Amino acid sequence: MNLTELMPFSVLIPLIAAPLVALLPGRVAPWLVASASAISALAIAVATWIGVSQAGVLRYAFGNWPPPIGIEYRVDAANAFVALLITAMAAIMLIWGRATVNREVPERQGAFYALFLLAVSGLLGITLTGDIFNVFVFLEISSLATYALIAHGGDRRALLAAFRYLIMGTVGATFLLIGIGFLYIMTGTLNMVDLAERLPAIGESRALQVGLAFIVVGLALKLALFPLHLWLPNAYTYAPSLVSAFIAATATKVALYVMLRFIFTVFAPEYSFSALPLAMAFTVLAIGAMFAGSWLALLQDNLKRLLAYSSVAQVGYMVLGVSFGTVLGLSASFLHLFNHGLMKGALFVAAGIIFHQTGSVRLDSLRGLGRVMPWTLTGLALAGLSLIGIPPTAGFISKWYLISAAIDAQQTWLVVLILLSSLMALAYIARLVELAWMQPRPADAPQVSEAPIGLLAPLWLLVLANFYFGIDTRLTVGGATAAAEALLGMGG
Amino acid sequence: MKDNAILVIVARFLIPLVMLFGLYVQFHGEYSPGGGFQAGVLFAAAWILFVLIYGLETGLRVIPLRVIYSFACLGVLLYCSVGLLGVILGGRFLDYQPLLASPQAAQQAGIILVEFGVGVTVASVVMMVFLQFARRRALSQAAGLELDQEQDRS
Repeated sequence: MNLTELMPFSVLIPLIAAPLVALLPGRVAPWLVASASAISALAIAVATWIGVSQAGVLRYAFGNWPPPIGIEYRVDAANAFVALLITAMAAIMLIWGRATVNREVPERQGAFYALFLLAVSGLLGITLTGDIFNVFVFLEISSLATYALIAHGGDRRALLAAFRYLIMGTVGATFLLIGIGFLYIMTGTLNMVDLAERLPAIGESRALQVGLAFIVVGLALKLALFPLHLWLPNAYTYAPSLVSAFIAATATKVALYVMLRFIFTVFAPEYSFSALPLAMAFTVLAIGAMFAGSWLALLQDNLKRLLAYSSVAQVGYMVLGVSFGTVLGLSASFLHLFNHGLMKGALFVAAGIIFHQTGSVRLDSLRGLGRVMPWTLTGLALAGLSLIGIPPTAGFISKWYLISAAIDAQQTWLVVLILLSSLMALAYIARLVELAWMQPRPADAPQVSEAPIGLLAPLWLLVLANFYFGIDTRLTVGGATAAAEALLGMGG
Repeated sequence: MKDNAILVIVARFLIPLVMLFGLYVQFHGEYSPGGGFQAGVLFAAAWILFVLIYGLETGLRVIPLRVIYSFACLGVLLYCSVGLLGVILGGRFLDYQPLLASPQAAQQAGIILVEFGVGVTVASVVMMVFLQFARRRALSQAAGLELDQEQDRS
C-alpha cells in the first residue's frame, strides 16, 4: 500500500473505531481501542507529512470517482501540518486522560470514547478534505460530537454551556453552508481546486462577495474570533478535563485552517482581500481579541476559565498574522496555530491534573499548591512561560515571527500592541505562580498529594515539547512556512 | 391508549403498512428517489406509532434499548465494512467496482449494502431520540412529578 492509499485512513480509522468502541463494555476495552486508533492515526499523519514534504501534494478520490465529480482528499503542506497537530494531541490526550475520565465520566465510557473519536475524525476530515461540502459535513460531525462531549461535564452548568455552544455553533455552520451554497450556485462545483479555477472567470459578482462574507463570519464563530467568542469560555470550563484539553488544543485551530483555505485557496487572496475589507476587519478584531481576552483572563477566579479567555486572546495573534496577507504573516499564523496547540494543551492538561487531585480548579484552591504538587505546578508554570513568549520556548518563536511579520508589513505600531498584550499574559500567569508558591496553604485545605506518574508524564512531554520547539524550530517553522507557501501558491 | 378501539384498529392496519413502505423505500434507493435515511425515518415512525398506542413497556419488550443502541452502531459498521471491502479487494474506500464482476451489479450491490447500513442507523437513532423524551416522562410520572396524568388517561 503506498502513501496515497494510506493517507485517508488517519480519518477513517477513528471513524470506524468509534462505533466499535461504543459497543464495548467496561472501562478498559473502550479506552484501549480508542488510544490504539488515535496512535495509528498519528502514525499515518506523520507518514503523510513526510510524504507531502517530499512529493508535494497527495490526492485520494473516494470510491474511485475522479474529482470534481467525486469527493477527494487533497493533502498539501498546509493540511498535513494541521493534521499532525490534531493526531498528536488526540493520542497524547487519550493516553493521559484515562484516569480523569474514570473520575469525571464514571458510566458509559464506551459512548464517551466513541464521541471523542468522532470529534477527532471530524476535525481530521475537515483538515484533509478537498471538497467544500465535505468540510461542512465533517464540521457537523466534529461539532455535534463536541457538544455531547461538553455536556458530559460533571457540573450541571456543562449542559447550559453545551447548549449555548450548540446554538452558536449551529448558527456558524449554517452561515458556512449558506456561503457554500452561493459558491455552488455560481460555479456548479464543490471541489476546492476546481472552484479555484472557475471563480476568477466569474469576476465581480455580488453573490460571490456575499458567499465569502457568510463563510468568513460562519467560520469566525467556530474560531471564537472576538466578539464571536461567547460560547468558548463556558464550554472549555465545564467540559470534562480530557475534552477541554483536546478541543482547546485543536478545535479553533481547525476552524482557522478552514478559513484560510477558503480565503487563500478557494478564493484567491487578491480577490478575498479586495472583495471584503478583510485586512482591516482582521486587524481590528484581532487587536480586540488580544486585549479583551487577556483582560478578561485577568479577572477570572477559575483556572480553566482563565485559560479559556487566554485562548480567545491567542486566537487574536493567529488572526493578526493572517491580516497582513503576506507569506511571512501567514507562516506566523500557522506557527502560532501549532505552538498554541502545544502550550494550551499542556496548560489544560495541568488544569485537568489539578482537578483530578484536588477536585477543584478555582484559583482559591491553588493557594500553596506548588509545595504539595510541585511537578504539576512546575509544568503549569513552564507552559505558562511559553504562553507569555519567553525564550527559549515555542511561544517566543511564535511571537518573534509575528513581530517580524508586522515589521515586514510595515505595521510597526502593532509590535507595541503585541508586546502589551504579552505583558497582560505575564500578569495572569504571574498571578498563578504567586498563588501556588508565594502563598501558604490554608490550614483548612483538603489533603492532596502529587499526581501519579501516568498523569504527569504526558504533561511533561507537552511541556518539554514547548521547550524543544523553542530551540529546534526546523519542524515548526519549516512546516509553517511550507504551509503558508502551499496556501498562497495553490490558488493564485 | 390501547383501550380506544378506533386507534388500535387503524394502528394495526397502518403499522405494518408503514414498515413495508419503509422497506420499499430502502430497497429502491439505488435507482429511484429514496434510500437509507428516508427508509430509516419511516421505519422508526411506525415503531413510534406502536409505542404511542401500546405503551413504552410493550415497545421496549419488542426491541430493548440495548438492542436499539447496538443496531445504531452496527449500521455504521456495515457502512464502513463495505467501504473497507473495496480497499481490501484492491480498490479505494467506498469503491464498489471490485465487489462483483459486472460493474452495474457491483454498483447496485454496494449502494444497497451501504444504504441498508444508513437505514439501520437512522431508524435506531430516531427511536433513541424518541425514547429519551418518552422515558424521561415515564420516569417523572413514576416519581409522581407529572400532574396531568389523569387527563392523559381519559
